[in-house]
Amino acid sequence: MELSLFLFIPVLTCVALVCCRGLQQARAIALAGAGLQLALSVILLIVYWRARAAGNVAPMLFQSGYSWFASFNINYQVGVDGISVAMILLTAFVVLAGVLVSWNIDTMPKEFFFLLIFLSAGAYGFFISLDLFMLFFFLELAVIPKFLLIGIWGSGKKEYSAMKLALMLMGGSALVFTGLVGLYFNTGATANGPHTFGLLQVARMNIPLQAQLLFFPFLFVGFGVFTALFPFHTWVPDGHSSAPTAASMFLAGISMKLGGYGCLRVATFLMPAAAQVYAPYIIALATIAIIYGAFATMMQQDLKYINAYSSVSHCGFVLLGIGMLTRTSITGAVMQMVSHGLMTALFFAAIGMLYSRTHTRMVNRLGGLLKIMPFISTVFVLAGLCSLGLPGLSGFVAEMTIFMGAWQNPDTWYRLATILACASIVVTAVYILRAVGKTVMGTVTDNHYNNLDDARWNERMAAALLLAGIVVVGVAPFWLTKLITPGTEIIIQQVGKAVTLK
Amino acid sequence: MMQQFLLLARQELALTLIIFVLLFIKVSAREWKTKAIFNLVNGLLLINFITGFFCTPDGVLFNEMFHTGKLLVLEKNILNLGTLLVSLQAYDWLREHRHITEFYILLLSALLGMFLMVSSGNLLMFYLSLELAGIPLAALANFDLEKRASSEGAMKFIISSAFSSGLLLFGISLLYGTTGTLLFTELPSYLNGSPLQLFALVLLIAGIAFKISVVPFHLWTADVYQGSPVAVTAFLSVVSKGASVFIFTSLLYTALKPLSQDWYKILFLLSVLTMIVGNLFALRQRNFKRLLAFSSIAQAGFILVGISGSSQAGMASVVYFILVYIFSNLGAFGVVAIVSALTGRENIEDYKGFYKTNPFLAWVMAIALFSLAGVPPAAGFFGKFFLLIAGAGKGNYIFIVIAVLNMVVSLYYYLKVVKMIFIDRNEQVPVEKLPVHLYPRLALLTCVAGIIVLGLAGGVYEYIYSISFG
Repeated sequence: MELSLFLFIPVLTCVALVCCRGLQQARAIALAGAGLQLALSVILLIVYWRARAAGNVAPMLFQSGYSWFASFNINYQVGVDGISVAMILLTAFVVLAGVLVSWNIDTMPKEFFFLLIFLSAGAYGFFISLDLFMLFFFLELAVIPKFLLIGIWGSGKKEYSAMKLALMLMGGSALVFTGLVGLYFNTGATANGPHTFGLLQVARMNIPLQAQLLFFPFLFVGFGVFTALFPFHTWVPDGHSSAPTAASMFLAGISMKLGGYGCLRVATFLMPAAAQVYAPYIIALATIAIIYGAFATMMQQDLKYINAYSSVSHCGFVLLGIGMLTRTSITGAVMQMVSHGLMTALFFAAIGMLYSRTHTRMVNRLGGLLKIMPFISTVFVLAGLCSLGLPGLSGFVAEMTIFMGAWQNPDTWYRLATILACASIVVTAVYILRAVGKTVMGTVTDNHYNNLDDARWNERMAAALLLAGIVVVGVAPFWLTKLITPGTEIIIQQVGKAVTLK
Repeated sequence: MMQQFLLLARQELALTLIIFVLLFIKVSAREWKTKAIFNLVNGLLLINFITGFFCTPDGVLFNEMFHTGKLLVLEKNILNLGTLLVSLQAYDWLREHRHITEFYILLLSALLGMFLMVSSGNLLMFYLSLELAGIPLAALANFDLEKRASSEGAMKFIISSAFSSGLLLFGISLLYGTTGTLLFTELPSYLNGSPLQLFALVLLIAGIAFKISVVPFHLWTADVYQGSPVAVTAFLSVVSKGASVFIFTSLLYTALKPLSQDWYKILFLLSVLTMIVGNLFALRQRNFKRLLAFSSIAQAGFILVGISGSSQAGMASVVYFILVYIFSNLGAFGVVAIVSALTGRENIEDYKGFYKTNPFLAWVMAIALFSLAGVPPAAGFFGKFFLLIAGAGKGNYIFIVIAVLNMVVSLYYYLKVVKMIFIDRNEQVPVEKLPVHLYPRLALLTCVAGIIVLGLAGGVYEYIYSISFG
């Protein structure tokens, strides 16, 4: 399987989009491109299964590489394990759904789809990179398109939000950069020896503890900014709520996962000893994010803000899982990334559909929509139920796994954090049920809502796509677990190795 | 001897020849058309650029006064390319100008000075060629003959360069007094770090710092950039700065290598100051040329990070960055040049809603600004990354953190321009649809192609690395 196809197809789609004219052509090309991406990811999944079933136990499959900047030992190096495959699938789902919900975009459609597909190229590149330079390249690649998407097609105080998002994410990647350079100069046999950016090569080396302790915070906090690590989460509510629907879906669904993936794959995997030292701080910040996010959501009236703040809370679970450093909790963190990606994308899609019809996102102005638009309202309710962790949907499985993993730590403070995180689910239930109940049940608050129509085919397809993912993960979580276990296993071994070294 | 002279000093001789051709055209009785002169000069520059890629032997001339090699030829080629792009972009402005021949004579004399400066192997030769590169530029800065700001800029430029030349000359004479030699190859064995030599070093660095507008020697930059015609500003900020950076790097890496401990500290201080001051002042600018002036000051700070690495990677990353910087900055200046020549508007506010009327120019500007800000996939990202890795080789991570945080600050003012172009609506009269002629269009497309290709194709950097030293 040639992984570079995941870069070629989006780039080719972008080129085609530059050459095309008008909305009709642009959306057809974008749909074809996104469809191809999904097809390719499904093929990747099957090929990956087959290879694993055939007994291939290499940590990274389908590797290929070329020398890029030989003097710095920078390579174009790609490869995937189960975690990356899961993330790639998630990206393909969300991008296709994003194209579908933006079907009737009226201003500058060509540019809109160009930026959306360009973003997806950044995400794919990030997930397949095995070279830290390349990883960083793709991490930064995905920032500026977000700025333009929010700034041009957004709503509300979009300029402020776009600038805040761009600067905070760039600040995060500045920290990541410092961490990577520090890591780079600590690889190699001697101080001047050949240094490397290769992920697998670095993992085999023993980075001096001193260096790990110095550079781990840079990497973890840097990636943490992307995944709404408290107190660097403030771009999330503004950015998500100002963005156009497809961009919100991408931001919350995939972009925040870049951070989680980076925290796990780069910070924790490459500097396991430091990860153990800093674990209490990570857990404390994650717990604060979970609780703070949940309570902040209670106060929101705007549906997009509700989902954005709840994303802060849900991404806190990802960081909690990583911080707990047990096999189950890390598996749970990855599952939560997938689950939250699908669920939040669906939620934003539903909010977008409501907003495009009613022209308001305020909970107190909406009401009784279930009778008028049964499909959209049902999707909205289901997304909400997934968010609060209803069994049978993906949210429950992921959060449950994290709690199980977290409880395996006998430490009292860790258990306290786990209990607090569990308690936040009650708060989640309060705000979700209130928002959902007020919006779709009760009496119709505005008479002109009665004339509104239900979802069109494109919206139905987008919702069905994401719902299918949520239900599959929720009903048959063992498929996902089996997919990601070999990847988490290696990370856990790395952490275990660090324990024996100390 | 003669053969060797012709071969080694080929680029300088070719340039001299073009200058003489222009002089003859000027004194001849026949009246030449502006367009004919434009075509002739740019054609010859292009030929000079292309021949620069073939047959580049190492060698010295005139008792080591002049030396050349693969890296130096490449550096001269980069400067030549920059001049060619500036001249192509100035088409709209030059078409209207009465004195195109003089413009080119002065421009090429300055370039000749830079060529000799880059190739100099002796401090005296260095000083002479620096003056040759500086004085025509002052005349060029005055080339918007009707504008008072232009004369004012020229005056400021000549005074500040006279001052910096004074410092430089003082430093050179102190160095000669303590070592008894001016040759780059002989200097290292006589340098022992005595206080007088260190004082000379400080003066020398201060003199060059004026040329590359490093804080606190930057005060002339913004006014001169704002007053001069856009083409001259572009030349000053890209080609002139590039040439000074090249000679600065080779001076530090060869003649002053034994004092590297000392100049590292100076560079560290200057670099941090330059990045911070340049960026903070850029935040509040309203005139586009002033914004680019301060952004180019900040960029000089990043270049100093790379130079401070004092390694082969340091040299290579600096040369590579200048190459990238030429494409990025000229992309931005090219758009400003067209807008300024056709509408006379130079404020950032005038660019509100620019994308609606001029999508091509807007994209060129955006790509150029992203490259300046160091955002992938533009080449500027790779340029900055390598400069910082080269600088980080010394293990001074505080330096690196300051630099990357400055990159974030600089992103703010670049994005502000992008926001005006793409997002804001213009309540007043927006810039109308502008015709872009073939020559400027070619130059802009070259810039965009350079920005996209230089980074993704790793070979360019690897080639520069293979011929660098340090």
